[in-house]
Amino acid sequence: MLVLSITAAIFLIVAGILAYVLVKYRSRASNGEGEQEPPQIYGSNQIELSWTVIPILIVVMLFLATTRVVYTTERAQRPANALDVTVIGHQFWWEYRYPELGVVTANELHVPVSDHPQTLPTYLTMSSADTDHSFWVPRLAGKMDLIPNKVNTMWIDPQMKGLYLGQCAQYCGVQHAKMLIRVYADSPEEFAAWVEHQRQPAVDDPAVAEGRNVFMHNACISCHTIRGTVATGRFGPDLTHVGGRETIASGSVPNNPANLREFIDNPANFKPGALMPPMHLDTHDLDAVTAYLTTLK
Amino acid sequence: MATQIPVNELHDQGAQAPRRLWLEMLHGWVTTVDHKKIGLMYIGYALIFLVVGGFEALLMRIQLAIPNNHFVSPEVFNGLFTMHGTTMVFFVGMPILFGFGNYLIPLMIGARDMAFPRLNAFSFWISAFAGFLLYFSYIGGSGLYGAGSAPDVGWFAYAPLTARVFSPGHSTDYWTLALLLTGIGSIGTALNIVTTIICMRCPGMKMSRLPLLPWIYLVMSGLTFVAIGPLTAAQIMLMLDRYVGSHFFDTQAGGSAVLWMHFFWIFGHPEVYILVLPAFAFANEIIPVFSRKAIFGYPAMVAASVGIGFISLSVWAHHMFTVGLGPGGNTFFVLATMIISVPTGIKIFNWLATLWGGKIQFTASMMFAIGFLFQFLVAGLTGIMLSVAPFDWQLGNSYFVVAHFHYVLVGAILFMVFSAFYYWYPKMTGRMLNEKLGKWHFWLFVIGFHLTFDLMHVPGMLGMPRRIYTYEADRGWMIWNLLISSGAIIQTVATILFVYNMVSSYFKGPIAGSDPWDAWTLEWSIPSPPPSYNFAEIPIVGSRRPLWDLKHPDDPDTDYEMGQADPQEKQEEGA
Repeated sequence: MLVLSITAAIFLIVAGILAYVLVKYRSRASNGEGEQEPPQIYGSNQIELSWTVIPILIVVMLFLATTRVVYTTERAQRPANALDVTVIGHQFWWEYRYPELGVVTANELHVPVSDHPQTLPTYLTMSSADTDHSFWVPRLAGKMDLIPNKVNTMWIDPQMKGLYLGQCAQYCGVQHAKMLIRVYADSPEEFAAWVEHQRQPAVDDPAVAEGRNVFMHNACISCHTIRGTVATGRFGPDLTHVGGRETIASGSVPNNPANLREFIDNPANFKPGALMPPMHLDTHDLDAVTAYLTTLK
Repeated sequence: MATQIPVNELHDQGAQAPRRLWLEMLHGWVTTVDHKKIGLMYIGYALIFLVVGGFEALLMRIQLAIPNNHFVSPEVFNGLFTMHGTTMVFFVGMPILFGFGNYLIPLMIGARDMAFPRLNAFSFWISAFAGFLLYFSYIGGSGLYGAGSAPDVGWFAYAPLTARVFSPGHSTDYWTLALLLTGIGSIGTALNIVTTIICMRCPGMKMSRLPLLPWIYLVMSGLTFVAIGPLTAAQIMLMLDRYVGSHFFDTQAGGSAVLWMHFFWIFGHPEVYILVLPAFAFANEIIPVFSRKAIFGYPAMVAASVGIGFISLSVWAHHMFTVGLGPGGNTFFVLATMIISVPTGIKIFNWLATLWGGKIQFTASMMFAIGFLFQFLVAGLTGIMLSVAPFDWQLGNSYFVVAHFHYVLVGAILFMVFSAFYYWYPKMTGRMLNEKLGKWHFWLFVIGFHLTFDLMHVPGMLGMPRRIYTYEADRGWMIWNLLISSGAIIQTVATILFVYNMVSSYFKGPIAGSDPWDAWTLEWSIPSPPPSYNFAEIPIVGSRRPLWDLKHPDDPDTDYEMGQADPQEKQEEGA
């Protein structure tokens, strides 16, 4: 990269001169006393001019290169087939809404892979529900802040299938550290299947009716949505297909019944400072709710 | 303005007045308006907070040394990084640099005190009070929703995290008030420095003969005027938001979070230069003396400092490349940020040219100054990299940035402050610091510094954001963090050596005499420590290096200045 090579070259030259000067012009006398003072040189306008003009030329070059990249990134032509996702930052989790597909999910973002013959970038429209956040998946793109009362956009185009990790990069409160991002780049077929599945309402398995009952009769519903039920809260993540996610607590721990149970019992077990309160369910109810949520594939 | 000269005391600087009671001594310090005593109190106060802030850093490094550590809770960690940043910038950086300025400027320009001695005392005490107020929050405040005491909103306290919805406790108020008060102190001192330099130079000291240290403090104080204003305004607006129901930054009611960022960074970036300019100032005095040569390109150095002063007012939004300012705004701040590297580069080249052809004496002071040169070069170059906006989109707010600005704050500023201690401690106390311990301090600190802050660039590039209290083991950041933390421990040891050196040399160090370094500026013409009236007779100077002229009547600076056609021009440029 241009910037890196220029700065490396400057470093080598200047540090080289420094080292040379230190060795060449070190004081030879064992004690400075009695030594002749070196000739006094006060300056030279020609030399000053040269080390003013040359850096200015370097700056102009770097600036032009930077400007080109800034404009090509921020003013990129949006392909007609690009996917739109609305990203909303919350303390301390991510809400993803696919307005054209009617899908709402949390913390695990699925996008189609955008390999070469078939470019399919995803455009993220971003804002925040509370404090500032920043969306940063280093291997996909630079970061972009999510700021309340402001709408930002960025785009990603993962070239390879797979999981890309990232996390919130703007301090947003107590659990800023565990506001992790997981982006799954799926093949077009997988992505289509995932979307189709996400559009279904929640599974209603009579075997876990008891847990469902506990969920619907506790405070859970005031913060969480499970589509097809009375739970329509918007404060916490949409749980319609929570059982199908690989992690819970915004990527902090693997999604298995033991972790889920511990999290519901007291979210501070994994995320002290998370806004979900401890639910104070008895063991029986806790097991029932865990079983219910596990079925929501 | 000038105090009276007690003529009968002129020649007995060695013999102190009879021993006074402890209480009388204390009373003397509390009520003093002497710029030297106030300067020393600034420095002492800053050193106490340096230890406190360093301890906070150490706790954080212990927490981050291994993944999923439970050494401190997230609430405590968030308080630690907020307090570390706030302390180091406002209660270490500012007072230590103001302290040296306070002490040295009147001595270097041949004055008997600052222009406004009482304002000087007021500024110190209000800043000192602000520091204690901030730390009182550990007892008196509680922070973010559900969190413990001490401010925990980050040292730049982005809105709307500071709104009452998110920070219901009072710790944010302690933070706000502390910054408000210390800002008043800073403006008072800056005003004092500017007035002193403009009005109180001794006869013959034209602006073109002003030593570079006061010159740069003049620029730094000018910047302080411009920079502290917006910060103070923003703090008042935040108070209004929190208690009167205004909505400047209250996004829930249509306020703007971005507005706070602009307010904060138009203070915050000039602040970086307020802190680094005095480091340049020290280097401008120390490097020539230990190279045994006059500074190369004095007019260019002045022009570069003034240039940095102006340009630094138009770079603030490079902290905001990821906020979504749009390509036009971003490229403007890219350009401004890159341009500032030109005058900064001029300074580095001039220092190199000063070394060139000299006879370099490797005293502890000079070694720290050379460390400064090298590290400032690296910091400048990573700064250029970060000024490239797309690079910043990737690495902004990551550990790469943390490494970059610690390279400036520690690698450049703190190194130069250490250098200044070794250089001026003999003047301040009358005794030399131990050179051998000084060199141990230097090498240990260099090793610790590079271990910590060189490696800190790496987890940033591997995707580790700043301000996280812990991280997962599978991210590959552990080994780096472990090494970074071990460097922090080496730096701690080095700092303990330094403190020990300062204390023991105060009692046992060799007597310094008035001019231990064979230096050239006016402060070395009077006894160490200087008497309260500084100069028995106000000196008259005929060049930039009055003591050089005295010591080398065969080759005085005056000759050179006579030959120069245009010192007048530079004077106008600076004014």
